Amino acid sequence: MTGQMLVEAWRAMEANRLRTFLTMLGMVIGVGAVVLMLAIGQGAQYSVEQSIASMGSNLFIILSGSSTSGGLRMGSGATPTLTVADAQAISELPEISAVAPAVPGIAQVVYGSNNWSTSVYGTTPAFLAVRNWTIARGVPFTDSDVRSATRVAILGQTVVENLFGNDDPVNKTIRINQSPYLVVGVLGAKGQSLDGRDQDDTILIPVTTAQRKLFGTQFQGSVRFIMAQASSAAAMPLAEKQMTALLRQRHHIQAGRDDDFSIRNLTALANTAAQATQAMSMMLGAIASISLLVGGIGIMNIMLVSVTERTREIGIRMAIGARRRDILMQFLLEAVIISIAGCTIGVFFGVGGAYAVNRFAQLTVVVTGVSILMAFMVAAGVGVFFGFYPARKAARLKPIDALRYQ
Amino acid sequence: MDQVIRAEGLFKEYETDAGPVPVLKGIDLEIGQGEFVAVMGPSGSGKSTFMNILGCLDMPTTGRYVLNGRDVAKLNPDLLAKLRNEVIGFVFQGFNLLPRASLEDNVALPLVYCNVRKSERISRANDMLRKVGLEKFAKSFPNQISGGQQQRVAIARALVNRPKLILADEPTGNLDTRTSNEIMHLFRALNEEGITIVLVTHEPDIAAYAKRLVKFMDGNLIYDGEVSEAHA
Repeated sequence: MTGQMLVEAWRAMEANRLRTFLTMLGMVIGVGAVVLMLAIGQGAQYSVEQSIASMGSNLFIILSGSSTSGGLRMGSGATPTLTVADAQAISELPEISAVAPAVPGIAQVVYGSNNWSTSVYGTTPAFLAVRNWTIARGVPFTDSDVRSATRVAILGQTVVENLFGNDDPVNKTIRINQSPYLVVGVLGAKGQSLDGRDQDDTILIPVTTAQRKLFGTQFQGSVRFIMAQASSAAAMPLAEKQMTALLRQRHHIQAGRDDDFSIRNLTALANTAAQATQAMSMMLGAIASISLLVGGIGIMNIMLVSVTERTREIGIRMAIGARRRDILMQFLLEAVIISIAGCTIGVFFGVGGAYAVNRFAQLTVVVTGVSILMAFMVAAGVGVFFGFYPARKAARLKPIDALRYQ
Repeated sequence: MDQVIRAEGLFKEYETDAGPVPVLKGIDLEIGQGEFVAVMGPSGSGKSTFMNILGCLDMPTTGRYVLNGRDVAKLNPDLLAKLRNEVIGFVFQGFNLLPRASLEDNVALPLVYCNVRKSERISRANDMLRKVGLEKFAKSFPNQISGGQQQRVAIARALVNRPKLILADEPTGNLDTRTSNEIMHLFRALNEEGITIVLVTHEPDIAAYAKRLVKFMDGNLIYDGEVSEAHA
């Protein structure tokens, strides 16, 4: 029975090839648009998630407080109140898993005949763990390097490209602001941060070396900021309270006075960005769904025409024993076949379009099985939904009226 | 003789803008198993409406119609469809074959609606085509054969589910005399096999093939009896 219905649906569709094709085209465009838009939206989401992951998870950044001099308020970090010892103390809090102090600056680096201006971070080996950073080649510097303020450096990929080209920089000596530094390791590539900075355009050196030898005059014993990682996302509020209490105590701030530091929750910021892209992704999908809806209305329109055209045929079928549900199923099947066939072709176009966008517009796209499956389910749903009314109209015809129809 | 059709006081009126118009004004008729009945009457006499009611395609406004022992007023549309499928074979003036289906598939169509397996459908359809002498055309399409041949295919389709009753509404209306006679010989042969046939026609020559004649006029039955006496 079902086999015979499929054969008949095929015959009906074949009898009006152009019409079937055009009806299907509506679904092809609808589904193609949904798949493509979901791919672009999810690609954007994926990019943001990658950036967040590369930043490190459950991250706080603790900045020195602002200062007021002569009525002029300076920004955060203007007063160097944080020290390496503060970082050490924070690392002993139970909710904190890793802490790295940072002394950042800009420096000119030279190797052979090449030179490059880049940001240099004085920090500790824990920085790698906090920022979720790997060593691609060589080794990181050690705590003993920090204690003795040795001139060693870990280079980011961009710095390596600009100074060394394809050469291996490990165990070479570069000059940072005229002083020689031994390259011990190379960082793995990270790409752009959320705000578009090249995270690989950086050099890490021991914090003590930065304080005493590189930027010595600027930061005597102090650090610009401290990065701290909480043991889990759930522990973040508690960790923030503990750090605030600890730093107020260490900095001898009396109750009622303002903090001389500020703690920022980077993960919260990142989540906001993630939510924004998710909203964009959903909006793209919603807009694309409208074309799917239009495709569905196209199916309904054509099915109504088809029912009218085939009224006599419906009458014949009823006269020789077709029940209402037989007629209903026959027309419903036709609508669903058109929508699913259109969907299949649409998925191919959508995926193809996604690769084209990826290739020619350099956008990250993500095509998931789930989005394709969803497109299929929606298309089948559209076929049933928009096919039902015409099919029911056919099934409810009175045999005698249908037979007499000219 | 078993009764196939029993109509009691069939009354039918149609709603029009000018009020209800009666088309059948109380018809009583019984047709037994194996009869061959010709229905005659001028246009508008009510014979087509009567045939539609006999075929369970239309319902009387009042009155009782019992087909093969079942009161059709008590059946829902699906059960009526089943009854039509199992008891009645229809032959129409315009043949009413499905243009996109092969003759074989056309003949097999009633079997689709009573869930007969495909292989059996095809073999029974071919048996019926052989019976009407068109087995060579099983894979052809309706537009590839003549009108007389199409009507034979329609008869094969009416026979395929082994009905008790064949309702033929002016089956020769679109055919020339020679072809009409061939079709009528086929009906007579079927009747001799025991199938009840009710046939509407305008032409006395065609009605002459039947054994019994009923005549309609203005919604009433005005004659019921031997075919030969009517012409006398």
